[in-house]
Amino acid sequence: MENFFLYSAVVLTIIIAVPLIRVVKGPTLFDRLLATNAIATKTIVLVCLIGFLFGRIDMFIDITLAYAILGFIGVLAIAKYLSSPKVRRNA
Amino acid sequence: MLEAQSIITILFVSLGIIFMLVGSIGILRLPDFYSRSHAVSKSDTLGVVFVIVGLIIYEGFTLSSGKLFLIVLFIALSNPIGTHALARAALKKGLKPLLHDDKKGGETS
Repeated sequence: MENFFLYSAVVLTIIIAVPLIRVVKGPTLFDRLLATNAIATKTIVLVCLIGFLFGRIDMFIDITLAYAILGFIGVLAIAKYLSSPKVRRNA
Repeated sequence: MLEAQSIITILFVSLGIIFMLVGSIGILRLPDFYSRSHAVSKSDTLGVVFVIVGLIIYEGFTLSSGKLFLIVLFIALSNPIGTHALARAALKKGLKPLLHDDKKGGETS
């Protein structure tokens, strides 16, 4: 069971690398934001899996909870900033 | 170690990872920002829900599985909202969706 979590964590790291291509290639700013948001969501699960690997589950679950909340607030702040008239660069 | 519990956990976690793989491939291949936001919000959320429900099953009935359930609830609510906020900001900023008649309309404008 332990090495199953290890293998799934490794596969998840490879899956996290895929949106990085979209971050680099993304024509518009919003593609990059979208790919970053996807990476943040996948990182949440990766931290949870690593928590199960290391055995100290309750510590890592608190880290995951805090990270999920901060990721969500970050996306909302960026979206609100970009939709405000102050930003002049077009999408 | 209870055999059934491990098998169910392996099933759920691998299913969740498959959904996240589909989400990542969707991000690369879909032509337009708005169709990509479908891939990100829906399949990622489902992948996260499956993986963490698998971990809850593996964890059994403890305080940690309660917190894991809170994480599932929060992500199931917050991920679509975040993607919706992004798409709304993109539409307001003037990013035209790629309609079927103009092939590369969505990218340049």
